[in-house]
Amino acid sequence: MTTIPANASADEIQAPTDGEVALEAEELRKAKRVGWIWIFVGVAIIWLFGFGSEAGVETTFNLSLESDLSITLPSRISCFVIGAIIVLLGIVQSMRPLPKRTIFTVLVVLLAVFAFLIWATRDSSFSMVGMLQSTLIRATPLALGALAGVLCERSGVVNIAIEGMMLFAAFMGSFAAAASGNLWIGFAVGVVSGGILAYGHAGLSVTYKVDQIISGTVINFFALGITSYLAAQILTKYPDLNRAGTFARIKIPILGDIPFIGEILFDNNIYVYVAYFLLPFVTFMLFKSRWGLRVRSVGELPKAADTVGINVYRTRYISVILGGGAAGLAGSFLSLGSVGSFQQNMTAGRGYIALAAMILGRWNPMGALGAALLFGFAESLQSKLAIIGTPIPSEFLLMAPYIVTLFFVAGFGGRAQPPAADGVPYEQG
Amino acid sequence: MKVELRGITKRFPGVIANEDVNLSVNSGEVLALLGENGAGKSTLMNCLYGLYKPDEGAILINDQIVDFETPGDAMAAGIGMVHQHFMLVPVFTVAENLMLGNESVNGPLGVLNLGDARKRINDLSDKYNLPVDPDALVRDLPVGVEQRAEILKALYRDADCLILDEPTAVLTPDEIAELEKVIRELADSGKSIIFITHKLGEVMRIADQIVVLRHGKVVGRTTPEDTTELGLASMMVGRDVQLVVDKPEAEPGAPMLEVRDLSVLDDRDAVAVESLDFEIRAGEILAVAGVQGNGQTELVEAITGMRPALTGSIHLDGEDITSATPRELWTRDLGHIPEDRQADGLVEPFSVADNLVLNTYNWKPFAKGILRDSSEVRSHANQLVEDFDVRTASIDTHAGTLSGGNQQKVIVAREFTHSSRLLVAAQPTRGLDVGSIQYIHGRIVAERDSGAAVLIVSSELDEVLALADRVAVMYEGRFSGMLEGDEISRNRIGLLMAGRTGDSVDSQDGDSQERDSQETDTREPPTQDPAANGSTE
Repeated sequence: MTTIPANASADEIQAPTDGEVALEAEELRKAKRVGWIWIFVGVAIIWLFGFGSEAGVETTFNLSLESDLSITLPSRISCFVIGAIIVLLGIVQSMRPLPKRTIFTVLVVLLAVFAFLIWATRDSSFSMVGMLQSTLIRATPLALGALAGVLCERSGVVNIAIEGMMLFAAFMGSFAAAASGNLWIGFAVGVVSGGILAYGHAGLSVTYKVDQIISGTVINFFALGITSYLAAQILTKYPDLNRAGTFARIKIPILGDIPFIGEILFDNNIYVYVAYFLLPFVTFMLFKSRWGLRVRSVGELPKAADTVGINVYRTRYISVILGGGAAGLAGSFLSLGSVGSFQQNMTAGRGYIALAAMILGRWNPMGALGAALLFGFAESLQSKLAIIGTPIPSEFLLMAPYIVTLFFVAGFGGRAQPPAADGVPYEQG
Repeated sequence: MKVELRGITKRFPGVIANEDVNLSVNSGEVLALLGENGAGKSTLMNCLYGLYKPDEGAILINDQIVDFETPGDAMAAGIGMVHQHFMLVPVFTVAENLMLGNESVNGPLGVLNLGDARKRINDLSDKYNLPVDPDALVRDLPVGVEQRAEILKALYRDADCLILDEPTAVLTPDEIAELEKVIRELADSGKSIIFITHKLGEVMRIADQIVVLRHGKVVGRTTPEDTTELGLASMMVGRDVQLVVDKPEAEPGAPMLEVRDLSVLDDRDAVAVESLDFEIRAGEILAVAGVQGNGQTELVEAITGMRPALTGSIHLDGEDITSATPRELWTRDLGHIPEDRQADGLVEPFSVADNLVLNTYNWKPFAKGILRDSSEVRSHANQLVEDFDVRTASIDTHAGTLSGGNQQKVIVAREFTHSSRLLVAAQPTRGLDVGSIQYIHGRIVAERDSGAAVLIVSSELDEVLALADRVAVMYEGRFSGMLEGDEISRNRIGLLMAGRTGDSVDSQDGDSQERDSQETDTREPPTQDPAANGSTE
């Protein structure tokens, strides 16, 4: 700790004023309200899922696709127990607010989802490992797309063109891989083509100071138009050029043999591993390295960066192009990492969802990963439940994470703070 | 380090910002660059700092001609600038801000070496007596400390010549005194200092030599020994000036504005105004003094309907206006000169004529049903432009292209056209030249004399002293003192601005008497009863 000499007078700690006391009371009320919500959720679980499950019925969760590993739970009693735990947490919270409320909130949500699954799949078996695998597969392009957004916006350029960059890269990657017969060439072309579109976005928004939303929208429509046109002109005439194939899964020795976890995390294709590496690495670089400090300074207060000799334009160009590369990865994952061919508009709005993940993740790559996993989980839950058939329309489940995002963006649960100069073109002098 | 500017000329389209400017400052010397806003001081320094390239002339360092393409070049040559608007990223720590662009790093990835930065900062802090915590987030720092960090930032880059651009604009009198000491110490340790300001008092106190700029040209060179504040003012403005406003004695009537237990939150949901109680009578000017950011903005916004009150009530002539909208307030005769004239006072891309009817455009005679009557709008505008002496090419000129003083006159003209019962004016003369200031001050006093209650918020002590019948000093959301009549003095206000309460102000009054002696204010009382503290009379 550094000591501050006495003449730093304004730093002195002062007794809380009336207003601060009022604010604290407000904070306390809010915390207690959260407790009441938890109690309500817990009671609802006992009521709906507990009593909603017939006595004696069991739920089986399969924990492995390769072996018979599974657990079987009594549906009704399990729901009762989970509901009781949440009610208990709620009572504690409403009496004396728990520290680290976010963690407990996540816990409550996870428990509630678990109880829901027990109820929804009662009297049958449900492949837990399959659902979590597909969660990860769905989350990967979202997380990489969000990384693209983080890189751009941390440098002060709003990027709603992630969608277009992903779509363009999905096409180019697939095309290049099919034409050359080499998936790695497709991989590289995907990254580069995302970067090329990003270069266009940087040119328009950094050099020509076009409104960044407009520039991004133009790129999205360009990408949709050009890929649809080329798909119709070339791919339908020469179907061979649309048979790129997919990267094989690589099972990591030892780690991949861990039951349950190994199947989910360590038996994936190259894109997933690249994401494992890139997300923490970029997070580290952004917040701990010289490069990151400069990128963030350009996104927060470009004039300050300029006056200490940092080239604002160049920094923004580089960040946007790197972001385009990340979007290229996300896009070519869709064709080369999952489907194996290009389909018209195959991104289907994932670029925008990635943007939502970036915001929910507070412009931090690891936070965006968390948000992407949440979105991916909701999607995969929805598709699984649509197959099993539950009384709740599965589309509602699909909406849930976006409602969460909406609340978050609107400022509930702590306001997300974008970089201060995000979206503001920089004028020198 | 000796820094010399020789024959610097800088032109912008349509204007000559600097014309054949020569100046030089030696190691250990403080040069004050004095001039009104728009005189070309900042442009000149931006040339020296590599932000602009002069069209003619040369910059010499230690008698060698140098050529700066970017601020980076200037920095490498040992020139450091402390900007008027601090160039510190609020969400970074002090250490991160100081090392930015000049980072010490480890390894091939360029990982920041914060330990090294911390050590260098602490060394510099000790050496120049500029204490600051390297790990504090800049947004949590008080302005005075932020400025220290900004000065350290220049020293961190081994600057030998420091340019300080209007460094005292945001400081309390105490902090200004502190800064003057620091500047002196820096000069004594061999740095050359260029100090940009338009405040006369501080120039007289700290400068070794004074250069006065007007319309981009050097109009005078002198030293504090050879001139007076009045002499400097005349040089700046180009004619003899009167620093005091003519103001007849106030004749207060019944209370017009009554504020009770008012608390207001700021944008970050922190309490900015806390349980304020005060009233203003008809025919009286209450000036709220204080360093910017102590809740004045929020107070004004709450009264003028731009921000909700957290608690309390506001009454205008007995009517509750606590949650009235700005439009309702206008219909109840509230005139408002907002603090940010570009954002809240004008629609910059609109013409002068349209800006003059911003609040009456839908009333007769400017509107007929749903249509506007542009001939009425135009004749109204022509009349006001003449009455209020707005210097504009035409009434169709975009308001955004006018100078600050003329923009302010447009706002004043609009707000003063119908007689107000309450006039709220926030920083009404910020950034204006002496002529415009005199004019607007005169109008405000006239408004008072016609029976309006007037609330002035100003961080300029001169303005407060010139206009106020009563002075409330705002500190951290409360009034740290309410002064009236003979109690009003520069010294007392200064102490209250720094958060001293009424009692301690009295006990210190004697000690700092000599600081007052150089002021033109003649109202300084010989002795005082304990000052009124807190609320209304």
